[in-house]
Amino acid sequence: MIEFDRVTKRYADGSPAVADVSFTVPSHKTVVLVGSSGSGKTTLLRMVNRMVDPTSGRVLIDDVDVTTMDPVRLRRSIGYVLQSGGLLPHRTVVENIAIVPRLNGATRPDARERALTMLDTVGLDRDLASRFPAQLSGGQQQRVGVARALASDPNILLMDEPFGAVDPIVRRSLQHELRELQRTLGKTILFVTHDIDEALALADEIIIVAAHGVIAQRGTPTEILTRPANAFVAEFVGVDRPERRLRLADAAGVEVVTDASGRPIGTLER
Amino acid sequence: MELLLQAFSWLLTPESWTQQGGALQRLFEHLGVTIGVVALSAGIALPLGVMIGHTRRWTTAVALLAGAARAIPTLGLLTLLGLALGIGLGAPVLALLVLAAPPLLAGAYAGVQAVDRAAVDGARSVGMSEAQIIRSVELPLALPVIVGGIRSATLQVVATATLAAYTSDTGLGRYIFSGLKSRDYPELIAGSLLVIALALLLDGSFALLMKRHASAPRSDLKTTTTSPGRNPS
Repeated sequence: MIEFDRVTKRYADGSPAVADVSFTVPSHKTVVLVGSSGSGKTTLLRMVNRMVDPTSGRVLIDDVDVTTMDPVRLRRSIGYVLQSGGLLPHRTVVENIAIVPRLNGATRPDARERALTMLDTVGLDRDLASRFPAQLSGGQQQRVGVARALASDPNILLMDEPFGAVDPIVRRSLQHELRELQRTLGKTILFVTHDIDEALALADEIIIVAAHGVIAQRGTPTEILTRPANAFVAEFVGVDRPERRLRLADAAGVEVVTDASGRPIGTLER
Repeated sequence: MELLLQAFSWLLTPESWTQQGGALQRLFEHLGVTIGVVALSAGIALPLGVMIGHTRRWTTAVALLAGAARAIPTLGLLTLLGLALGIGLGAPVLALLVLAAPPLLAGAYAGVQAVDRAAVDGARSVGMSEAQIIRSVELPLALPVIVGGIRSATLQVVATATLAAYTSDTGLGRYIFSGLKSRDYPELIAGSLLVIALALLLDGSFALLMKRHASAPRSDLKTTTTSPGRNPS
């Protein structure tokens, strides 16, 4: 369990990046922080592995204050996926994935074997193992990023807009695969995105972040969608958008779901 | 033309090379001073530059300082140092150290600074220590620029090391100084030709080294336009 306890982070000039934020991420659940850029959600995420230290307040992992832990060792025990991939351009795919097991003391052959297994896990062909990151597509790079984050079998996975830089179709399939992966792995995932649809697709719980990390609402995707707490959330979720206002139509005996403007979206199963 | 032919004939005379204090000995002295100075200067400037590039502190100050240091006329500095230290190799070595430091420093910090921040951030966030980040991320990625700095420093030093003969009987500069004094122009030209040949040889070695490095199968190495540059001496 990750717990944010009245966390504040101020920039050097004194202006707050996040102000007095508290929430918890239950074990084995996926919590998605969603907010517009500059809302402080990435800052919150980076506090978990001490890439950022709070100015005041505490971040606790299983009741232990992270500031009491050695940052380097803490980071090795937490999976982290960055939007840019953050892969080392001069290392091959398999070397990139093997980094964390190596840092955690695995021998070179063991780390390599582990890395190859991770390629299978994230659905990448082992033929890609000796490629360099720049020789991969954006979607493949992100898979490598996920594989690297999972390579040491961490309990916690931090994901900072991991699918933000790939095209919508690849993003969809990556989201789907992450959900499948999570079903078997059961990690504690803290996920940051500005895409509410991504949040709805992945989250057990969504936390909608307004400016300075102020939590506008937290709840399950269904709660967020059906009972937005205020105008900000309603606007952010787009509850009035045509694609959120679904209707049922009858097409020669088949029930068709359409959006508000009548465009078909799918059929209804009962 | 006449002088050039005489210079070549001097170069083709075996005694010019083999005698005590001959061209062969001087060539090695010259090379030794060059390598020694660059190595010594690199020993100080490269770690400093890498640390500055890594921490991103004082970059502006160091850039200004390095720029200003390039404007120091080596001969003037040598004269000052020579007056202070007297005859010997001390003064020219110190002057050459000052000459070599700016391109080395600039190459190191510019190279490290130009490394993709996302790669460094990624490395840090998976749990690499700062030393590991420098060693296995920043240094390998900055290597082409750092070597460029060493190359630039080496060329400046090998050309300017002729000044070592100003206060000591060392290196190929001796031919230039003594040739000038005794109006033995063929000897002067021969000495210059040897310096040029040595410079070309060293530069060629660096070119070969960098080409081999670049042809290694890696693709996304950031190419930087930040060149350590040459000293307009």
